[in-house]
Amino acid sequence: MAHKVEAWGTRVGLILAMAGNAVGLGNFLRFPVQAVQNGGGAFIIPYLICFLLMGIPLLFIEWSTGRYGGKFGNHSTPYILDTMARGRVWKYIGVFGIFTNIAVVSYYVYIESWAFSYVYHSIIGSFKGLTQGEVAAFFNSYVDIMHSTTGIPFEALIFYVLVLGLNTYVLSKGIKGVEKVAKIGMPLLILFGVILAIRGLTLGTSGASSMFPDANAWDGLNFLWTPQYDSLTNPKVWLAAAGQIFFTLSVGMGTIHCYAAYVKSKDDIALNAVSAGFMNEFVEVVLGSMIVIPIAAGYLGLDWVKENAGFGMAFQTMPYLFQQWGSVIAAFAGILWFGLLFFAGITSSLAMGTPWVSFMKDEFNWTNSKGAWSFGFITLLVGLPTVYFYQQGVFDEYDYWAGTVSLVVFALFETIVFSWIFGINKGWKEINYGADIKVPIIYKFIIKYITPVLLLFVFVGALFTPMGNDWIGNINSLFNGDGWALDNASLIKQLTQAGIKEQLAVATDPAVISQLKDKMFFSNLARGILLSLFIFIALMVYYAFLKRRKEGRATL
Amino acid sequence: MNSEALIFMVATQGVVIAITGYFFYRVLTTPPKQEPDSYSENDDEEERQAE
Repeated sequence: MAHKVEAWGTRVGLILAMAGNAVGLGNFLRFPVQAVQNGGGAFIIPYLICFLLMGIPLLFIEWSTGRYGGKFGNHSTPYILDTMARGRVWKYIGVFGIFTNIAVVSYYVYIESWAFSYVYHSIIGSFKGLTQGEVAAFFNSYVDIMHSTTGIPFEALIFYVLVLGLNTYVLSKGIKGVEKVAKIGMPLLILFGVILAIRGLTLGTSGASSMFPDANAWDGLNFLWTPQYDSLTNPKVWLAAAGQIFFTLSVGMGTIHCYAAYVKSKDDIALNAVSAGFMNEFVEVVLGSMIVIPIAAGYLGLDWVKENAGFGMAFQTMPYLFQQWGSVIAAFAGILWFGLLFFAGITSSLAMGTPWVSFMKDEFNWTNSKGAWSFGFITLLVGLPTVYFYQQGVFDEYDYWAGTVSLVVFALFETIVFSWIFGINKGWKEINYGADIKVPIIYKFIIKYITPVLLLFVFVGALFTPMGNDWIGNINSLFNGDGWALDNASLIKQLTQAGIKEQLAVATDPAVISQLKDKMFFSNLARGILLSLFIFIALMVYYAFLKRRKEGRATL
Repeated sequence: MNSEALIFMVATQGVVIAITGYFFYRVLTTPPKQEPDSYSENDDEEERQAE
């Protein structure tokens, strides 16, 4: 290799970078909502079980796979998988480990840019005196590209390019740059989170108003933590718990492999993996549960939370709630909350940039700088449609196919490769080599049998999601010979755009028909872009293979 | 807050905090391996050079 192999500065830096990769917006927004919708406190039981049976094993698999690939000079999944499973096809499966990152980061940076710009808006007092509805409308006009909330033309686009540029600049400094951001961002994120969590915990009934006289933060915590044990027998709850563990740990993406590939083979990965994993759990279970839900319940009441709990609360509700603390504290709270979301976002988006940069370095001897700027350029090309056509559904389409489906597909493949093709005996040796903790032997069995079955369960659950997500009702219906009714959210129905087609079939209003046709057009546009991106990366992998063959380095 | 929810919350968060703290303590107190290791900031520490 023409370039000196990079190295992490410190072990703590590596763990913070890995934890930063995992900690994202979902820790603060997705987890509490999932808990509220799936049995409150009882949700935590399947959630923690899935963490032990699927989350930790996947962390072990990805850390050890990455370190193994790094031994051969491979720092991204196409050629990491190629070293583990000799066969032409595996490097193309590894394409997922670059594709997913570029596709996800292209819209993730957009959310990051919202947080960044909302820090600015909190400082200049844009939300001062606005009603709850006006704060929500502020967000809608912000994402309307032709509208400006500051007077800066194309404001949303400018903030997007600015934040993408910042990511690109840090990436151009190599993994040392990423580590530096993690060392600053993670402690600040935890500090901001602790301050807001203390507020959520101590708010009580002080936020009740004439409009919401029954508002009580404790109601939010009660609702979140009171166990409803009957939910434990519902497959929907287990699927939601498995899905949450999957997404919160950022497994199935290829980022963990890439970071771990810079760890030398004699150094520990087992203790590092569980440390980073549990740090993510701390942020999610401890901090994530004590901010949004109790603060919203403290001002708007539990009924409002039950009806409106969702991702939109972060930008459409929280700024209004902060205003109830007076303009000065509101500005500080805004900085803490949106600063927290920004740090959660950037530590993850930087991780998503490293696989492409590392691939170009490994295969084409590119410098960090060249790799980073090419990443920025490709991300901009893929991401611009999400900025311009956010309200037309391009963002959601990317999130579904790249941010949901391809993660599960890749995790399933990598688990099979690790346990069944590379072989669990060799894999177990890799996990334990240089380990600073003794990994319980039961994990050998779990990794080989339980984790793949759980992943299959998640995949099949997504493929055949029953009507109304009513698993028990549909299982009964199947056994009674009445068949299995698929929900429009199932992968099969999503693939065929059944939901839009059904709406089109019954629509009579020309305006609605035109809107639905637009929706279908933008859905197809988003799919076309994602497919083109996948093919482009696969071609790069093929070109790298030809180059390797010419140099006598190809495995097949 | 009702007592069932409070117990559930404190127990769960307590376990997560304790395990996170324990693993991080282990990371901080486990002596690093001899050079050459994966981390560059300790490269010049004399006592860690391989013999």
